[in-house]
Amino acid sequence: MSERMDDWPLWEVFVRARRGLSHVHVGSLHAADAEHALRNARDLYTRRQEGVSVWVVPAARITASAPEEKGAFFDPADDKVYRHPTFYTVPEGVEHL
Amino acid sequence: MRDETGSPAAAVDTAVAAYALRLGDDALIASHRLAELVARAPQLEEDVALSNISLDLLGQARSLLSYAGRTEEQLTGVLRTEDDLAYLRDEAQFVNCRLVELPNTDFAYTVVRQMLFSGYAFELYSALTRSADETFAGIAGKAVKEVSYHRDHAAQWAVRLGDGTGESSGRMASALEAAWPYVDELFAGDDVTRIIAGAGIGPDPADLRPAWDAFVDGALAEAELRRPQVPAVTGLAGMGGRDGVHTEAFGYLLAEMQHLHRSHPGAAW
Amino acid sequence: MQDEAGHGLYLYSAAETLGADRAELLDLLHQGRQRYSSIFNYPTLNWADVGAIGWLVDGAAITNQVPLCRCSYGPYARAMVRICKEESFHQRQGFEILHVLAHGTSAQRAMAQNAVDRWYWPSLMMFGPPDAESAHSEQSMAYKIKRFSNDDLRQRFVDMIVPQADALGLTLPDPDLRWNAERGHYDFGPIDWAEFKQVLKGNGPCNRQRLAHRRAAHAEGAWVREAARAHAAKRAAREEREGSAA
Repeated sequence: MSERMDDWPLWEVFVRARRGLSHVHVGSLHAADAEHALRNARDLYTRRQEGVSVWVVPAARITASAPEEKGAFFDPADDKVYRHPTFYTVPEGVEHL
Repeated sequence: MRDETGSPAAAVDTAVAAYALRLGDDALIASHRLAELVARAPQLEEDVALSNISLDLLGQARSLLSYAGRTEEQLTGVLRTEDDLAYLRDEAQFVNCRLVELPNTDFAYTVVRQMLFSGYAFELYSALTRSADETFAGIAGKAVKEVSYHRDHAAQWAVRLGDGTGESSGRMASALEAAWPYVDELFAGDDVTRIIAGAGIGPDPADLRPAWDAFVDGALAEAELRRPQVPAVTGLAGMGGRDGVHTEAFGYLLAEMQHLHRSHPGAAW
Repeated sequence: MQDEAGHGLYLYSAAETLGADRAELLDLLHQGRQRYSSIFNYPTLNWADVGAIGWLVDGAAITNQVPLCRCSYGPYARAMVRICKEESFHQRQGFEILHVLAHGTSAQRAMAQNAVDRWYWPSLMMFGPPDAESAHSEQSMAYKIKRFSNDDLRQRFVDMIVPQADALGLTLPDPDLRWNAERGHYDFGPIDWAEFKQVLKGNGPCNRQRLAHRRAAHAEGAWVREAARAHAAKRAAREEREGSAA
């Protein structure tokens, strides 16, 4: 992405809708600095009572897995069914397990 | 309940109506000036931010003008609604301070006007949360959170522009020089504020000044800007915005704001 | 208007997930090389236009965009969910404005009818050219970005607004508009595609003013964007110095 003096960097915005929930990615915005990004996020993404807490992260600082690595990253988990509780049989009549 | 005119209670009610009207006018005109910037801000994010502030101010104006109308009705028996007050008064009947009507010459003018005004509004509404008048206290409780954000928004922009480029700091210095002569009007007392303060309803405006000075000086210092050395603008025969004497730009603002309503007398919207 | 600025922003954000840059997209717009909806080249003349735009223009936008909430590109679909929620508020607000006017004084009623007369046909054009002539439809449908054809959506929109216009007591300016029991849809008259093409070419009532306004606002804001950027750089440098000194 080109650097232009008359443009601001991109930030990703995460909003917590209510206490007890985690922050969820809601979109992005442009801002000159972190404080500015936080305020812009408030004005853009919580105008209709969507949140009680906001995080902003510089988009350039996010490291993401690559779509082409999807196989190597995620497929090896496919055959590990023993990691799920439903894999195990429980004798009839046993409760709270 | 209607008091006999001339009674002390009626004098307080008259002052309450006048006070609600001037606070309402301040908020309404400040809101309108900001609304003019929607779709012409420096960046999309700022279009949204400025219109948020404008809408907060419009909400404050509605509460205050409605209260002015209701209080006036107790004295006169005639109700003027918030719309009547916003759309059917002429320039000389508006009692807002002149600072809020100053035009958006450039973004620096907007930032300076907002910083000076919301700095004042924050101190005012903070004091009004302790009002002996429940309606004012209720309005202030909501408004103080809003103007706290407005003040912060303007101060942050003042710092970015004051300590940005040579051009931006020059524009901020010009904007400060243009707005500063209208500052004293915010803190001037008159018969209305004396009655209001005497009844424990609102502050003496002069008492708000030290905290305002501290806020503005702090923001200017961080912005590497200086207080402009310009005197207050003179009144006209001692009269200013609170007396209905406004700047030349104000009539055009009202013309745009009131045109539709006045073109259809008696219509409901 | 505030929400509309937000919509622009959400969609530029969606485009940025594909590696485009908002500043570059805006440059293209300002140079006249990036298309925007033909509807914005029509004038807003009075208060009833605010109602007509909400009801017809945002109503057409919703008809177009609700299917896009389920389109194949996630960031675009998510932006559309947010946009459609806001547009439906505009649509109702617009309807209410027109309803008040239509039941007001005769001058208010005339203002409302006048606005509907001017906005009806341009709102039908918002769905784009007939399927047979649409340049991008086939590809967009194949990629599952668009999920219904221009003509299908246009029909859906007409079927929706005819009873709403009745409820308003306003007339849609189309003498050929009538219920077709056989099709189970309203038939409507021919759209002036010559006008549509002229508007797309830049010859609509407001094309020049709209672009001139955007260019001027962007140019007037350049010093602000530069100053904020310069301040952020200065502050970052200061923080780095303080960090290394500590």
